[in-house]
Amino acid sequence: MATMNPQWQDEQSFKRRLRRRQMKAKAWNIIFLFTIMIGMLALLLLFYNIIRQAVTLIAVENTVDPATLADRPLEELSEEELAAILSEHVTANRMRVLILKDVVGADQKEWAALNQQSLENVLESGLYPEELADLPFKDLELEQIVSILQNGLSRDGLQRAVIDEVVQPVVTESWTLNEALLNRDEIDKIIDEKHPNAEVSWKVWVNLDFLTTPMHSRPELSGLRTAVFGSLWMMLVTVAFAFPIGIGAAIYLEEYAADNWLNRIIQLNISNLAGVPSIIYGILGLAVFVRFLDEITSGKIFGLVENEATVSGRTILSAGLTMALLILPIIIISAQEAIKAVSPSLKEAAYGMGATKLQMIRTVILPNALPGILTGTILAISRAFGETAPLVVVGSITRITVDPEGPFSRFTAIPIQIYSWTSQPQDEFRSIAAAAIIVLLIILLSFNATAIILRNRFSRRW
Amino acid sequence: MEQQQTINILYTAPSESEPLDLRRKARPGEIVVRIFLFLCGFVSIFTTLGIVFVLGEESILLFTTEYSSIDGLKRLNVIDFLTGTRWQPNILEIGIWPLLTATLVTSFVAVFIALPLGLGAAIYLSEYATPRARNILKPVLEVLAGIPTVVYGYFALTFVTPLLQGLLGKNTIGVYNMLSAGIVMGIMIIPLVASLSEDALSAVPRTLREAAYGLGSTRFEMTTRVVIPAATSGIVAALILAISRAVGETMIVAIASGNGPNFTINPTKAAETMTGYIARISTGDLSYNTLDYNSIFAIGLTLFFITLILNMISRYIVNRFREAYE
Repeated sequence: MATMNPQWQDEQSFKRRLRRRQMKAKAWNIIFLFTIMIGMLALLLLFYNIIRQAVTLIAVENTVDPATLADRPLEELSEEELAAILSEHVTANRMRVLILKDVVGADQKEWAALNQQSLENVLESGLYPEELADLPFKDLELEQIVSILQNGLSRDGLQRAVIDEVVQPVVTESWTLNEALLNRDEIDKIIDEKHPNAEVSWKVWVNLDFLTTPMHSRPELSGLRTAVFGSLWMMLVTVAFAFPIGIGAAIYLEEYAADNWLNRIIQLNISNLAGVPSIIYGILGLAVFVRFLDEITSGKIFGLVENEATVSGRTILSAGLTMALLILPIIIISAQEAIKAVSPSLKEAAYGMGATKLQMIRTVILPNALPGILTGTILAISRAFGETAPLVVVGSITRITVDPEGPFSRFTAIPIQIYSWTSQPQDEFRSIAAAAIIVLLIILLSFNATAIILRNRFSRRW
Repeated sequence: MEQQQTINILYTAPSESEPLDLRRKARPGEIVVRIFLFLCGFVSIFTTLGIVFVLGEESILLFTTEYSSIDGLKRLNVIDFLTGTRWQPNILEIGIWPLLTATLVTSFVAVFIALPLGLGAAIYLSEYATPRARNILKPVLEVLAGIPTVVYGYFALTFVTPLLQGLLGKNTIGVYNMLSAGIVMGIMIIPLVASLSEDALSAVPRTLREAAYGLGSTRFEMTTRVVIPAATSGIVAALILAISRAVGETMIVAIASGNGPNFTINPTKAAETMTGYIARISTGDLSYNTLDYNSIFAIGLTLFFITLILNMISRYIVNRFREAYE
């Protein structure tokens, strides 16, 4: 042995060398494991950071101390006393808004018109004395308004109105979950010094109210409702365009396209488009859908725009079409994979039975490839759902308080709202941004879970 | 019994009637469908043409329109755009370099993070992990890949930046900085690097690995001296795609790296990238035919070409240098 390899004459040194090599191998094993652990750690920190901002300790201070309003707590006051507080502290105009909002339940954009009409048209009878029926709503006296409000709202409604309009609780300071848990003593000290009247409580920012209330300029009163509707409408438009076109293109490329230069360019082009940054699609949408096709995307040619001056292509339709272009390459590529996976023997069998190409596609390719196509489409949709940059460019606006009515409405979307809230300096905006992120992630998670279930349930192998 | 009859009828039918016409029939329905399907395929071409046309047209407008400035009407020129180091559209200075350097710095930081971590993860998954470990670790990467970029932006601004401020001091590093945006962007592209590199690694045939073991190498030696060299082209392609993704990434830099162009390569400073500028300018209702409006198209065109070229290089490397075994 020793004579064969003079280098290792000394068996000791051979063993030492071997051990060193093995040690090195082991060390690197740990290093490689470590690299993947960093990814895992990043993910955990990301979730931790969201949760610690979504659950915070808040100090709430009342703008007007309820004790100064009445000699008893608000909960014990009668309807008359609550109404009296309202008439004393709230202006008539604000009260009119309260009636339109809470009693009539009208949309904000109808308020101005309703204000001009007679009482009869605004309210159902029974809420006001008969002799006032013809009086214009805007000319009502303060006492009359208060009595209408008192008739129209329940006691709880009145109490809520007093709290919202008169007491006006404001979140003066908030501490994230980790701060609140670790430094509770110091926080208590700060509260005692700075906000002696404040009420301290825990607040979970993502809750049912958050989902069902529209935007507000104050974070604690703001919700995600309009953004959720905006996102859903936009996805509807996106899917309606991207799904059929995507499948069509995939069928063309897999079943019809001859191997010539044109089809090779189409194929190459699709994979190039998949790598184009999303913001470029936004710019394309801005120039084509928002600006060039604004008569269509604003609904003008369908007679849906009342005021010529407000024609704007910055609608759900424009955003949905932009997103459709963005996810089209992804849908095409995944549908192509699904179609490719259909066994050729099935196709041959269909031809053997005398099927034409179209019949073969309809009866063999589509049913067999559908689970794969759907999986790919759902994943593409979940990508589009979280996509923000194109929407910023296409021009979704963040301060919208009314639900979108259809594809021609202006809108906001969940990721846009997260972006806008994150850009605000106050801590409370960080908290609602975190809450919106949780909603977004849950929606995406359910999309992906559906895709995985589809894939496992329907995947067949030949 | 009934079935038997049907078969008989089918069987005897041709001999009694006219002989079947087996020639190809014109089927107008099929042709219509075929044309529709072709058009679907062609939508992608229209998209590309649309991008090039729209970006090109508006960019040309940027350099042919006369904008008013303090010294009267002035026209911008392409050379200044491509070489200038000041981006101040309000005084008609539009050199793209401040935006470009910010893009390069954030992308460099991102790749600096993502390449070692992504490649390490790929090596671990492809060479070391047991099937069970794979089943746990792979979904982690998939979840990372599925998180929207605006969420990463939030993470950068509300977690990584305060962390960096704690480590380096608030005087060295501000609320907005390229380092934090770059680091988080790096985390975002780890899954991309990992999954593409893993594909490249697992394409290396088993025989090469067995041969390396047969010569007495440890797993580490086998990986670094046999598998990685054999998969280099795929890894380089993954790296280039990662750069392309980082260059085009918008929300993280828009949130965390700062508003306002800044010609610097110091990652602890705030600076606006090309994508960040487009996002900031187009927030709200941007009016048409203004310098701001036209400028986002010129930047978009630059961005489009940078990413297109990177993607093409990546594809070329994969096709050209792929080691074909068997």
